[in-house]
Amino acid sequence: MKLTLKIWRQKNAKAEGKIVEYPLDGIEGDMSFLEMLDVLNEGLINKGEEPVSFDHDCREGICGTCSLFINGEAHGPDRGIPTCQLHMRMFKDGDVIFIEPFRAKAFPVIKDLVVDRSSFDRIQHAGGFISVNTSGNPVDANTIPIPKHDADRAFDAATCIGCGACVATCKNSSAMLFVAAKVSQFALLPQGKVEATERVLNMVNQMDAEGFGNCTNTGACEVECPKGISLENIARMNREYLSASLQG
Amino acid sequence: MAKSVLLKSSIAKKVAMALSGLFLIMFLSLHFFINMTSVFSADTFNEMSHFMGYNPLVQFIMQPILVAGVVFHFVMGFVLELKNRSARPIGYAKYNGAANASWASRNMIVSGLVVLAFLVLHFYDFWFAEMMYKYVNVSPIEETRYFHELNHKFGSPIRTGLYSVAFLLLSAHLWHGFNSSFQSVGFDNKYAKALHKLGYTFAIVVPFGFIFIALFHHFNQI
Repeated sequence: MKLTLKIWRQKNAKAEGKIVEYPLDGIEGDMSFLEMLDVLNEGLINKGEEPVSFDHDCREGICGTCSLFINGEAHGPDRGIPTCQLHMRMFKDGDVIFIEPFRAKAFPVIKDLVVDRSSFDRIQHAGGFISVNTSGNPVDANTIPIPKHDADRAFDAATCIGCGACVATCKNSSAMLFVAAKVSQFALLPQGKVEATERVLNMVNQMDAEGFGNCTNTGACEVECPKGISLENIARMNREYLSASLQG
Repeated sequence: MAKSVLLKSSIAKKVAMALSGLFLIMFLSLHFFINMTSVFSADTFNEMSHFMGYNPLVQFIMQPILVAGVVFHFVMGFVLELKNRSARPIGYAKYNGAANASWASRNMIVSGLVVLAFLVLHFYDFWFAEMMYKYVNVSPIEETRYFHELNHKFGSPIRTGLYSVAFLLLSAHLWHGFNSSFQSVGFDNKYAKALHKLGYTFAIVVPFGFIFIALFHHFNQI
């Protein structure tokens, strides 16, 4: 497969970046998208050029490290997967592929396609936890009955890997789906209800302080989310926030 | 929580936007109902219009609240649009918004601006004329003038065309806005699916009903 790659290159966080075009040959449909970039980078290194920097870690679709905005979509044209699970069979010979970093004021570019997503970490630090002693004693989990429906929905929310595709794809760069998932996974469980009021207020305030945009319910985040996090989490967070604001 | 923090929060803003939108939807329903009577009975339309035009509760309580609601909705819409644009200072070279969201949801500012421009024309056509008639010129009460005024206005093909185009954009605005409002206030229960269908039905029936009314009077000039 012959491809033309148009990739965002940026030396460092302060440098101005630009799209650079790279022709690439010998790509197989069974390669993953990141393997295709590995092939490109090998070629660049052999030519003595700077390889393209991009985020990746587990390459198994579970760590949330890989990003990339591919041909106008977060994680590319396939659904329900992060970039590492995207395969080149989704493209055809002669395709032109735009590869850009996730764009948002709260996700500044560090280099090339690598962005700083520590704003998500700071939102988590603001309330994405429960304050209990982790003694290794499983009594708590076994003695509090939880309806299966609630447990399932909490688990669905907890599958968020924090990749940032929701922010990248949202026309407003809103982080509502991420924050809603993190709020929901605790709000649905008895262990999380203890700090629910404080949690939602602190996490939303931190989200706003990071400079993310406002949600306008386009639903693009849900479509592009590799873990299929539902918009119902956003509705739940809105309820939690309003209720917490009135209590506070 | 301090009130100032609540008012600044993104969720509070979207809830305020949603509530003002739902208020305008209620007004739109009433307006649609009254206008639709003009198709069936000039007398009924005149009676209702006269009540709305001279009832003190409607004139001096509901009308100012409505104007405030309209102004708040579009000012807040602009504020949120500017804030959202600033959240992505460097845009994408290629952005395929159509891949994951409807045109209506991505272009609320466009449909909103068209509706706003329409409101200026609509206020000029009917509201200012009405204010001049009643409060500036202090003209005598004429209970049967409304139907003729409405019918006469839609004699113009340009006005009828502009109104129809604006209603198409209003339909797009409601297509996303109706359900978005309920999502913003956290509505999500067993009635959500039925409500979605109601929202889409409302977004079709009301604007296209308004187009029908405009065309009806355009082709039935008295």
